[in-house]
Amino acid sequence: MRSMLKTSAAALAFFATATGGAFADGLTGDLKIFLDTSNPAPRATMEKMIADFQAENPDLNIETTVIDREAYKTQIRNFLTANAPDVATWYAANRMRPYVEAGLFEDVSDLWDGTEIGENLASTKGALTIDGKQWGVPYTYYQWGVYYRKDIFDELGLTEPTTWEEEKANCQKIIDAGKKCYTIGTKFLWTAGGWFDYLNMRTNGFDFHMDLLQGKEKWDSEKVRATFANWRELIDMGAFIDNHQTYSWQEALPFMVQGDAAAYLMGNFAVAPLRDAGLTDDQLDFYQFVEITPGIEKAEDAPTDTFHIPANAQNKENAREFLKYVVSPDVQTWINDGKNLGQLPVNAKSSVDQDKFLEQGFEMLSTNSPGGVAQFFDRDAPAEMAKVAMEGMQEFMVKPDNLDKILARLDRSAKRIYKD
Amino acid sequence: MAYTTDGHQTSWWHRNQQQLTPWLFLAPGILFFLFYVIFPIFQSFNLSLYEWDGLGEAEFVGLYNYEELSWDDAFYTSLKNNVIWLVLYLAAIPAGLFIALFLNQTVTGIRLYKSLFFFPFVISQVVVGLVFTWFYDPTFGILNVLLGSVGLPPINVLGDENWVTIGIIVAGLWPQTAYCMILYLTGLNAVDPEQIEAGRLDGAKGWRMLWYIIIPQLRPATFIAFVVTIIGALRSFDLISIMTNGGPFGASRVLSFYMFEVALSEYGFRMGYGAAIAVVLFLIMLMFIAYFLWSMYKEEKAR
Repeated sequence: MRSMLKTSAAALAFFATATGGAFADGLTGDLKIFLDTSNPAPRATMEKMIADFQAENPDLNIETTVIDREAYKTQIRNFLTANAPDVATWYAANRMRPYVEAGLFEDVSDLWDGTEIGENLASTKGALTIDGKQWGVPYTYYQWGVYYRKDIFDELGLTEPTTWEEEKANCQKIIDAGKKCYTIGTKFLWTAGGWFDYLNMRTNGFDFHMDLLQGKEKWDSEKVRATFANWRELIDMGAFIDNHQTYSWQEALPFMVQGDAAAYLMGNFAVAPLRDAGLTDDQLDFYQFVEITPGIEKAEDAPTDTFHIPANAQNKENAREFLKYVVSPDVQTWINDGKNLGQLPVNAKSSVDQDKFLEQGFEMLSTNSPGGVAQFFDRDAPAEMAKVAMEGMQEFMVKPDNLDKILARLDRSAKRIYKD
Repeated sequence: MAYTTDGHQTSWWHRNQQQLTPWLFLAPGILFFLFYVIFPIFQSFNLSLYEWDGLGEAEFVGLYNYEELSWDDAFYTSLKNNVIWLVLYLAAIPAGLFIALFLNQTVTGIRLYKSLFFFPFVISQVVVGLVFTWFYDPTFGILNVLLGSVGLPPINVLGDENWVTIGIIVAGLWPQTAYCMILYLTGLNAVDPEQIEAGRLDGAKGWRMLWYIIIPQLRPATFIAFVVTIIGALRSFDLISIMTNGGPFGASRVLSFYMFEVALSEYGFRMGYGAAIAVVLFLIMLMFIAYFLWSMYKEEKAR
């Protein structure tokens, strides 16, 4: 509290001199930024990016607060209402809906008018749009897909599959060799959501998947059952590691590192820990999730992280300038390169770093995802629905026979959650 | 009041000092208690009649949240687990008593042994949870190594919905037993040696000595051990959060964890529903609180 008083006093004093000092180049006044990028590497990147912005605007008083990523998810509700910063990080799509509907995020559609942002960021515009307006800007996104041990595939004479039959044939050979096909840790549930996303988008298509997540389709239906039937084929083969319900996604990594499991359906953030654990780029490779129902356009998961301006912010003009700066091509290029976030830039004018996974991911998302780009199960579905559904998926992976009960439960929850 | 009747002019303060002073000393405590305990209880009752996401407008729904609860499988699982916790956690009391009896002797280095037994109570619940998670780990954990060495099949304690609650309770018993032990150790210091002497003369020893002479004298310690164990069982939040996060598929949740999940966690936006669970949990606690207060009142009266 004392430091807050001190800074606001400093800010006041500063403001007094700034207004007296007329208009030099750059912004003046204050800019208060809240970040959830608490992991060391992203944190350093964000701090450097803000330092650069400060250098461009020497008269701007920037105050940055970094909050633990998990704690941020609960704190955001308090600070958006009580003590709003000028800029805050969050996630796109349904994850921002509660705050948009409560009127806590500023409409920034004006930024999206024109080519500079509107066209260059067209690929993520949909994810930031609710009710025809845009409520923030993205700053990074990343692909999902199958990361696999190339050396194990070579040893068993396997190639990257493209169809469901090939996928299962590969898997059978891996199992025959005494290994598991996929590692996964479902303790925190969302990893199972990733599998469902892909299986359902490949079995029934992107549009059905989105309708289901938005409550327009029933869970207990032929189509959803077909998705679970495909999933069950893998489960019955013994494709997944045992006891996955006990592990977090990080705790499931060693199975792949030690060669007990051959592949991991994950986001690109899994590459860094796998490399840190000693796997080289010769041992590690990536392929797009295979086709299941022939003819259905492929769609991908590519979760987008975003910046927003809270509706209660004090310095919205400065915040807008900051958002413009964040999505500008050069900034997008360097903050997403391999030495920094190691993800994909959102601006089409940016260049992707020379990293085999980023290049493949960029290629996949820009040319081979005609069906659409989804955010991720727990960002596309309302939070409550995501929770019960992912819990059901975890249960299904352990006890596939419970499917009837699970689907009935999901439909009952859906009836309550989507009632308005 | 004899001294105020001597005709002197005394101020109102002087006359009522004796009655007022205790209240003045109590005032800060009472105010905080009212503000932080009593008031929120009524607030929770009130909130449980609304549907509210913590952000927008709260909508009055009457008893709808309770009706929802009565349909909710997850609620019954949590309630059942709460009962299991309450029953099995009480094992800490006899376990603590026997360790205390065992340690209540004078040999060289007994202080060291006592502190080693007390050690699990000092470390954080989070650490206890982590240690037991590794102990139970189905792939690398020592439990399955031990089971394997005697020819038993491995079990995934924290991944099996039938074992998980028991597994967490065992982890919780480790520090709780230490707590009960320390209570009994102090209690044993107050046991009257003359009564033991007398009992011995009358031929009591072993179990009869323990049951008829020692345990009755340990009643105050037993009462406190009972209170802290019940409270510990109802607060079993941190171990669950660390060890399983409520899983697998919600099988290890208790009411307090479920309340947190629906109202305050990453996916929770149902303040009213969370409050309804809180009310149920409060009613359960109220039974115990009433019992504790009643027995304390009885004791005071008996004096």
